[in-house]
Amino acid sequence: MLLWGSLRSFADGRAEVEVEASTFKEVLDRLAEAYPGLRPQIARGVSMALDGRVYREAWFAPIKPDSEVVLMPYMQGG
Amino acid sequence: MALDSNGKRVFKVVGTRPARPDGVDKVTGRALYGADVSAPGMLVGRILRSPHAHARIVSIDTSAAEAMQGVKAVITSRDFAVVEDASTRDVQVNCMADGKALYDGHAVAAVAATSAAVAKAALKAIKVIYEVLPHVTDVDAAMKAGSPVVQASRAVENVPKGFSENVTHHCEFGHGDVAAGFAKADKIVSRSFKTAATHQGYIEPHACLASMTSDGKADLWCCTQGQFNVRSLCASIMGMEASQLRVTASEIGGGFGGKTTVFIEPVALALSKKAGRPVKVVMTRDEVFKATGPTVSTSIDVKIGMTKDGRITAAEAHMRYSGGAFPCGTVDMGAMAGFAAYDLPAVRTYGWNALTNRPKEAAYRAPGAPQAIYAVESVVDELCQVLKLDPLDVRLLNAARKGTQSSYGPVFDDIGLVATLEAAKAHPHYHAPLGAGQARGLSCGFWFNFGGNTCVSLNVNTDGTVGVTEGNPDIGGSRASISLMAAEELGIPYDRIRTIIADTASLGHNDVTDGSRVTFSVGLATIKAAQDAIRKMCGRAAKIWGIDEEAVEWIDGAAVPAGPNAGKFPPMSLAEIAAVSFQTGGPIAGHHEFNADGAGVSFGVHLVDLEVDKETGATKILRYTVFQDAGKAVHPAYVEGQMQGGAVQGIGWALNEEYIYGADGRLQNAGFLDYRVPVASDLPMIDTVILEIPNPGHPYGVRGVGETPIVPPLAAISNGVSRATGVRMSELPMSPPRVLKAIMARG
Repeated sequence: MLLWGSLRSFADGRAEVEVEASTFKEVLDRLAEAYPGLRPQIARGVSMALDGRVYREAWFAPIKPDSEVVLMPYMQGG
Repeated sequence: MALDSNGKRVFKVVGTRPARPDGVDKVTGRALYGADVSAPGMLVGRILRSPHAHARIVSIDTSAAEAMQGVKAVITSRDFAVVEDASTRDVQVNCMADGKALYDGHAVAAVAATSAAVAKAALKAIKVIYEVLPHVTDVDAAMKAGSPVVQASRAVENVPKGFSENVTHHCEFGHGDVAAGFAKADKIVSRSFKTAATHQGYIEPHACLASMTSDGKADLWCCTQGQFNVRSLCASIMGMEASQLRVTASEIGGGFGGKTTVFIEPVALALSKKAGRPVKVVMTRDEVFKATGPTVSTSIDVKIGMTKDGRITAAEAHMRYSGGAFPCGTVDMGAMAGFAAYDLPAVRTYGWNALTNRPKEAAYRAPGAPQAIYAVESVVDELCQVLKLDPLDVRLLNAARKGTQSSYGPVFDDIGLVATLEAAKAHPHYHAPLGAGQARGLSCGFWFNFGGNTCVSLNVNTDGTVGVTEGNPDIGGSRASISLMAAEELGIPYDRIRTIIADTASLGHNDVTDGSRVTFSVGLATIKAAQDAIRKMCGRAAKIWGIDEEAVEWIDGAAVPAGPNAGKFPPMSLAEIAAVSFQTGGPIAGHHEFNADGAGVSFGVHLVDLEVDKETGATKILRYTVFQDAGKAVHPAYVEGQMQGGAVQGIGWALNEEYIYGADGRLQNAGFLDYRVPVASDLPMIDTVILEIPNPGHPYGVRGVGETPIVPPLAAISNGVSRATGVRMSELPMSPPRVLKAIMARG
């Protein structure tokens, strides 16, 4: 999955990381385990783009083996 | 077609333009806005505000005010609960200063009295001793080491060391090798921009009525974009359980993002709790400007490289935003949106937020995006000028499309940017001759749109009419759009449906009306609720006919046997099924609740013709056309209204609107006389062209439309003014003195 730039310093400088997960929640849990420095950002809130579709907070959104997964800041609007 | 199918369909009701359901109430004055609600024994609430931009509150003596006849309650920050969550605590402290006044107009105390005159006198009787502190209102100054510190220790973990303590947030987005990309460019333009904070400018001031009884139960009526969020925030700030606070949203006289949080509501509740009587608080316009949320103010550097035939090789931006005196993540949205319209091999955006002694930022249509895209689109336009390229052709050449990796990460699905650009290119406006001294500007715009938590109930009445209950205040025509989608799905006429907005005790949670989410999310929930009711109505028909439920389908507003083997029965209409509902199992209702996802991004292109008076620097807008991919336009008149409204607000932002601070850090123009919003006589008719590229994430193809239209005007107008004057403009607003100064400097 892709991380946005300012998170990379908490993931050994990598823009792309691999975790074993089949749902949004599992991604967050595995990321927090593998990269504890990401925990504060995850706690503040993140969105996730799965194959271009943006999810906010949807723990059980399923991830297919070939899905494109991009972590994004929690989306806000007006 | 299966009920949950997203296949192509021919619409019968969606896409028509019925009369708005709130029209009669609004034109006859019957509609109840925030200040229109009253209660027996009601008191008048008033708020005392800091006259200083930054000051330590040494002491507050309320004794004289409390002793006055007619004063029933005086409160300060001590009258609120201790809130742990940092974000909610910021909202609380913004409602009532705790230890420090952080900006001119920050609330420090409040009174409830039997009349406005007594309340005003009581405010004067409160003695506040301040220790005035150095202040900072400019974002660039606030980021420098040695700047006055607005709040200490608020930076999140990703802010590198070495910055002022005012820097609270950092972000970075992008992909590709930017240095290699710039090396391939024939021309590189770098330019710095500044944009002033602007206010949403809603006509209705914030207003609420709070009534808390001695058993701890409370009711709150207020103008808001989200009664459930008001309940959550107020319950936390007051230390209440959510079930004990019922919030009812009034009609709303404009919000545009600015009414997605609370300012006076917890104050009114605390006053009511102390006084034991209902308390109404209505802001003055001065208070609205000083103490509610304007946009971020920004300072942005953009660098773009281009080949001589117009291909962008690399792009980079550094964006410094200030959301006022509290931490703010709006720069995330700007840094993600800035280059979203382009298919770029190498792009990088860096964002920073810095605290300043200004009011706490509140959302304003597409928060963070207009400023970023203004800077980017200005540089693209300058490159087109320098390289003598057609600005629309260059945008088409570099346009993001299906399969493009966006500048913020995800790969785009079906999007409408190319179609929108092509529509603009084919439109007569783009080819119309310009007069002497006139110029044409254009810009792309983008917004993400999103879904969110949504809950809808749909009740089938025994007379064959239908009531839809939703939980999002109608700020842009949602009652009509929701009724249209219910009518479409149920197969009955629009005028047999009435949609209402529920209070917080009557429906499950609904997120705020923001993010261009309501027509998408509430519409989708309404379709699902209608399908739920249809299943039940098919079941009732099956019972009446004595056949299996699976052998009944719903066509054109009636249950019919599904195929010849189901039996021969005449269609049974919704009205016929409803009429016997008590005898066939009881009332019929549909319901749906979910956290919606699948909102499609939206692009727009704006064209503007203008002329600049070289003697005064005043800009006149001569012609303006908005092109936007709206997905399916459920009620086209409302979609056009959103597009026109966004353009008008953007024109104001581009030409006149700004928060002006004096050397003392106090706001100089807190009123509509000095804060100049466009009026009808300033504007031409805003033409609109709706593109309907279906959103694959919605059964009707709906996207959000409310935010994208405010994004392009800043750059479109700046590009026009730059071409008209021969000077590249780089600061907003382009008020007459600023434009004149630029013309004079050019010589």
